[in-house]
Amino acid sequence: MSNYILEMNNISKEFTGVKALTDVNFKVEKGEIHCLIGENGAGKSTLMKVLSGVYPYGTYKGDIVFEDDIQAFHKISDSVKAGIAIIYQELALFPDLTVYENIFAGNEIKRGSVVDWNKTIAEAKKMLQRVGLDVNPEVLIKDLGVGKQQLVEIAKALSKHVKLLILDEPTAALNENDSENLLNLLRELKKQGITCIMISHKLKEVISIADKATVLRDGRTICTLDGAKGEITENTIIRNMVGREIEDIYPKRANKSFGSKILEIKNWTAYDPELGRHVVKDVNLHVKKGEIVGIAGLMGSGRTELARSIFGNPKSYKLQGELLVNGSPQSFKHPKDAIKEGIAYVTEDRKGDGLFLIQDIKSNISAANLKGISQNGVINDNKEIRVASDYKSSLNVKAPSIEQIVGNLSGGNQQKVSIGKWLYVGPQLLILDEPTRGIDVGAKFEIYTIMNKLIADGMSIIMISSELGEILGMSDRIYVMAEGAIKGELPIEEANQENIMQFATQ
Amino acid sequence: MNLVTQGKKEHPNNILTEGRSLLKVNIREYGMYIALFVIMLTFSILTDGLFMSSRNISNLLDATGYIAVLAVGMTLVIVIRHIDLSVGFAAGFLGAIAAILLSQAGVPVYFTIPIILILGIVVGLFNGVLVASLGIPSFVASLAGMLIFRGALLNVTEKTGTIIVKDEHFNALGNGYIPSWFKLNDLNFLSLLLGVLIIMLFVYFEVSKRRDKIKYQFEVISSGMFTVKLIFVSAIIAYITYIIAGYNGFSWTVIIMLLVVMIYHFLTTSTVLGRHIYAVGSNPEAAHLSGINVKKITYIVFGSMGLLSALSGILFTARLQSATTTAGTLFELDAIAAAYVGGVSAAGGVGKVTGSIIGAIVMASLSSGMNLMGVGISYQYMIRGGVLAIAVIFDVMTRRKRS
Repeated sequence: MSNYILEMNNISKEFTGVKALTDVNFKVEKGEIHCLIGENGAGKSTLMKVLSGVYPYGTYKGDIVFEDDIQAFHKISDSVKAGIAIIYQELALFPDLTVYENIFAGNEIKRGSVVDWNKTIAEAKKMLQRVGLDVNPEVLIKDLGVGKQQLVEIAKALSKHVKLLILDEPTAALNENDSENLLNLLRELKKQGITCIMISHKLKEVISIADKATVLRDGRTICTLDGAKGEITENTIIRNMVGREIEDIYPKRANKSFGSKILEIKNWTAYDPELGRHVVKDVNLHVKKGEIVGIAGLMGSGRTELARSIFGNPKSYKLQGELLVNGSPQSFKHPKDAIKEGIAYVTEDRKGDGLFLIQDIKSNISAANLKGISQNGVINDNKEIRVASDYKSSLNVKAPSIEQIVGNLSGGNQQKVSIGKWLYVGPQLLILDEPTRGIDVGAKFEIYTIMNKLIADGMSIIMISSELGEILGMSDRIYVMAEGAIKGELPIEEANQENIMQFATQ
Repeated sequence: MNLVTQGKKEHPNNILTEGRSLLKVNIREYGMYIALFVIMLTFSILTDGLFMSSRNISNLLDATGYIAVLAVGMTLVIVIRHIDLSVGFAAGFLGAIAAILLSQAGVPVYFTIPIILILGIVVGLFNGVLVASLGIPSFVASLAGMLIFRGALLNVTEKTGTIIVKDEHFNALGNGYIPSWFKLNDLNFLSLLLGVLIIMLFVYFEVSKRRDKIKYQFEVISSGMFTVKLIFVSAIIAYITYIIAGYNGFSWTVIIMLLVVMIYHFLTTSTVLGRHIYAVGSNPEAAHLSGINVKKITYIVFGSMGLLSALSGILFTARLQSATTTAGTLFELDAIAAAYVGGVSAAGGVGKVTGSIIGAIVMASLSSGMNLMGVGISYQYMIRGGVLAIAVIFDVMTRRKRS
């Protein structure tokens, strides 16, 4: 018997004309936590889909050896039967069903042909205990936070006697606390003998948890790093991922000079009638011309709600307080009013409410400013083409043409299109909500460079981010939010991870 | 950029390969035209050419008119992820009101038509209020509307029964033909002229579109292929014109249908409003955050649906020269079927008005062809249902292949 629970040998996978994977070798030892790293489009997800049977046996080349046997998974349930469970970034839970129903969905405990609900609940309790989640199994999934939902997913995997657990960016949507909990759980499961493959973009996590780390680039295995030998460091990972050293991932700005206040809000409060509570509480904040203001805080601290309450209040919160743009009071009834005053908002969920995924790059870029490419309501196609081409090249969107469907672009390129759409509005203040979530290191650097260039052109930026590194690396001034209120304001010189986290967890 | 114009070498073999690859990429769009062609060819053979006779094609197009205008409006409703089940009886009811105004109230036709169209807009806007402002699912809201209009139609017609319309000008909308001026070899001259005009317009727009694309170094089909396409489409238009001119020429119904399609095609493809409609359909949240007034767009789309329901009611009443108690029954489902056969996606954001018109003609051709062959009505329904299912299956399969 070999030490390897999983060996993927010389895996190649081709999509009509595009090689997604070329001779990938990937070996995972029994009982280890093995991280899979690579830029977006490097082939991580494709490799995991090959492993789990999403791409059935025969549609790829190479062998999958699991527990010393060559496997031929024809469908996902084959791999589940073998003991492989995959947890995707977008959770696959039923929000309107209870925790216990979710844990045993598709795997019901039956007596005869009838579901045995009592036993189901009892078993669910055991599984929840194993993942350290203290909730009533009869609670509905939609009433749980994302962090807890993730634990339910893991409990679901455990209920199927999983031997190899695969997690695709499990902490992308979690705050630091929940992330730490999850990592601890993985360490605990490892002790119980469960092998784990984790795809992650967060290098710190990888460094803290991985026994081994395999780096993919352009559909090929670049190297497997061994933590025991001290090979897993930020430098080695980044170097292998991008094939080059990034000296400083946060580009510096040359001369900083700030002008008058572009935006100011005073005693700003927002009440969400749907949730029945205040989502923004008594916020005072301002942004000067030429400034990047960072808004730090944990997930759910009210940052996005604050941004939306400023940007025309699309969710119809009840607002109180004063909003000044260039010193004159404003009350926006609709995002279009905010746009008119030169405010733009790049949402955190670019696929959900940022982009028109089924439309092409051209229509996405012009969507918020059709006036600019039309006359008397009739669109000037040639002007639109010119505008879209300009933004495509100036933002370095990697796509064969501006008629490319946006849904087919990588995350980083989608984000650039999203930014391009808002730049074409010609804003004086750009609000970026998690501008680099889920995009690779190379594209992150490009986004930061774009931000600096915009500032140099006289724009102001509010950057909302959960990544402390980004907040510290890019901001001129930092507000820290928690529970809908601003808990602290820090000039960049005084800010560090510790005092930000202190405010954020108040 | 890998978008260089091909088209240096133009021997026929190349055109064939190019044609094949074009067909592969645009299979969904061309598929519909091919289906229509196959259906027409099949019926022509099965009926010894009776199907493609001047008289039959003229009748077929006239009978499509009142469904086709509904299908155009329905396309936009489905594009913005809604549905409107009330349009059938709304058309029936508004048609009855038109008949009452003309026959019983003695309102002249040039007042009646604008009044009915405005009433249609009001009806549509009311649906818009229910859907956009009160947040009622459009399926339920328009189901309620369907029942209400059905009742209203019965209410205004039950005392008198069928209301006969005697106004010649009004009835001409459903039965009349454009004047001929004079006959050219037994062909309707003005209709021929119109056909030539349409061909010229078509060629002009295609050529200028292609010129623009080349200017921006976009991918275009080779000039050989382009010529083939121009000649092919022009030949089809010419042939249809020739057929129609051989009977009574273009009917007013067909002219109205063409106008509606042209206006809506322009609105949806070339205007800010059109962009907003498709933006709302493909992602309402993103549209709202892009400064688009989603409510306003919903009002406009439902308002236009109401307007077209009124037009449909007018065309149908004029065609029957009377308003009946059952007018409008199942129109909405025919219109929805035409839109889906024409390639509208239920997920929203996808669908062309030109496609829906072709869809309506496909469905009408099936009815007409089967009628000529004497196929029983029971089989006709089953066959049309099957065609609808096949069209949607085809749509889903080609979409899946692409992604």
